[in-house]
Amino acid sequence: MDYLLTDEQKMIKELAHKIAEEKIRPVAAKYDLTEEFPWDVIKVAGESDMFGLFIPEEYGGMGVNVLNLCLATEEFSRACGGIAVCYAASALGTFPIVLFGNDQQKKKYLPDLAKGKKIAAFGLTEPEAGSDAAAIKTTAVKKGDHYVLNGMKHFITNGGDAETYTVVAMTDKNKGARGASAFIVEKGTPGFTFGKKEEKLGIRASSTRELIFNDCKIPAENLLAKEGMGFIVTMKTFDMSRPGVAAQALGIAQGALECAGKYSRQRVQFGKPISSFQGIQWMLADMATEVEAARALVYACARAIDAGCKDVGRDSAMAKLFASDVAMKVSTDAVQILGGYGYMKDYPAEKYMRDAKITQIYEGTNQIQRNIIGLQLIKDMAK
Amino acid sequence: MNIIVCIKQVPETTEVRINPETNTLIRDGVKSIINPFDMYAIEEAVRLKERFGGKISVITMGPPQAEGALREAISMGADEGFLVCDRAFAGSDTWATSYTLSGAIRKVGAFDLIICGKQASDGDTAQVGPGIATHLDIPQVTYVKKIEEAGEKSMRVERMLEEGFEIIETPLPALITVVKEINEPRIPSLKGMMRAKSAKITMLGQKDLNLDTNKIGLCGSPTQVVKIFTPPQRQGGQILQGETAEIAKQLAALIKDEVN
Repeated sequence: MDYLLTDEQKMIKELAHKIAEEKIRPVAAKYDLTEEFPWDVIKVAGESDMFGLFIPEEYGGMGVNVLNLCLATEEFSRACGGIAVCYAASALGTFPIVLFGNDQQKKKYLPDLAKGKKIAAFGLTEPEAGSDAAAIKTTAVKKGDHYVLNGMKHFITNGGDAETYTVVAMTDKNKGARGASAFIVEKGTPGFTFGKKEEKLGIRASSTRELIFNDCKIPAENLLAKEGMGFIVTMKTFDMSRPGVAAQALGIAQGALECAGKYSRQRVQFGKPISSFQGIQWMLADMATEVEAARALVYACARAIDAGCKDVGRDSAMAKLFASDVAMKVSTDAVQILGGYGYMKDYPAEKYMRDAKITQIYEGTNQIQRNIIGLQLIKDMAK
Repeated sequence: MNIIVCIKQVPETTEVRINPETNTLIRDGVKSIINPFDMYAIEEAVRLKERFGGKISVITMGPPQAEGALREAISMGADEGFLVCDRAFAGSDTWATSYTLSGAIRKVGAFDLIICGKQASDGDTAQVGPGIATHLDIPQVTYVKKIEEAGEKSMRVERMLEEGFEIIETPLPALITVVKEINEPRIPSLKGMMRAKSAKITMLGQKDLNLDTNKIGLCGSPTQVVKIFTPPQRQGGQILQGETAEIAKQLAALIKDEVN
């Protein structure tokens, strides 16, 4: 389907495709096995200006554009959902600074992030604050010209490997969600250490780690926006980044579809390639249709955000929900088409299936996405 | 350091098909790419520019669509592109091509270094680089795998030969051809691709170069392709087995037979 991309968008897609095929696909299985951080790929992506796609031009980027970010993430994910999330999670960690940072903060942090010299991470989730983000326990207490952070974040993507962290902590526990604030914390700050690195089912090239704050003193100027705005920062960040997760899911689905299609033309049973059997053709047809529908939704949502449309929460929830459910289904069907070989690690089908699962869970579980959509639906009906 | 890189657009396949009647390459339906060896030449030029500054001019001789190859080179970091394109140059062999390119290089202006890939993946002759150096009457060093030192007046390089390595120091300006061991070509940047899209490509025809008409195109090409064929595949050979002394005896007998 032709999505009427501009010349610039075609160029981004083409370049991301080249990086994916030449630099990501050959190492995808290796990093999936070793769980090492794919610095070599990150370096190439940085030098190719890919990290500039979510950073304004005046701070060394290529201009903030959610569709461009989605195009790059989709292409990377076709080759490896894990490596793609190292990239997309840096966008997630950077958005709070792009959206709410003051000029001084932007000047200090964005140019290195735009070049991929440093990568970012977003620290929100805690052991007891997942979907219920208001339950976070990490505190930030102002003392003179600095804040002192105490507490623990877990499941933080790029944790340990990122240099720049945007962290949400409570500055006033009595105010609940309105008592949260967002801060920039640099790796190496005394009192800021890393805990357990998780072993995961999928996206194993990406690091997922605990952040530990033990009387961690950060300058007061590292506060993003104002005290009490932590959840607004979080919500606005997710509005921008959710299409990126949807694009990751879309890329995984596309990769799984291509893998199954290619295999079905090579695999001969009963004297014919299995692609000549209607049972397989119908599976492939459904997969392709679902992938295309997901793509249409993701791109439409990204375009709405780029056009400055208000209240995109429902749209980005729909894109994330639909694309990730498609990724799970399509990658499972891809394993089915490959049959016994699909279950083996010699073929990439099983990795797509493992990588797909997380997209239904993180950046708001799909149940939370349905809550968002349902609530908005009822609100609209009541108008 | 001002560097000129000569590149060629080639079909993207290692299985080149030949038209049996004309003995020329069949290009229809095959995607064109920059000759892989020339990618190393472009990359090395960009690395030298990053170290010493200067300008990189890329030259290619070919049909109008070869412009795409020049733009790709610019996206990797070259500054300007020249397309040597004229019906009068059609049918050039390696001698006429290197003569024509040397004329284009004179037109482009002063340079310190010319870099070429060691050979093109379609013709595999490895003659155009050395031919250019000959026409320009400058030193040439082929099969360079490493630039050890580069100064204003001279350069020390390592050559890769079948039987070992050679360290050569050459005065500049000079021409080098490079092998794939020299570097790993970069992926272009988005900014580079955007710059390349709008970069001006200068066209150079016979009118601009004013070359000796007896030395260009088909009539300037001494090479006559009589026949093109695939050489027969090497047969399996014979493996001798047994004790060393026994094998040696057998081998000696076989050699004797062969000689007789």
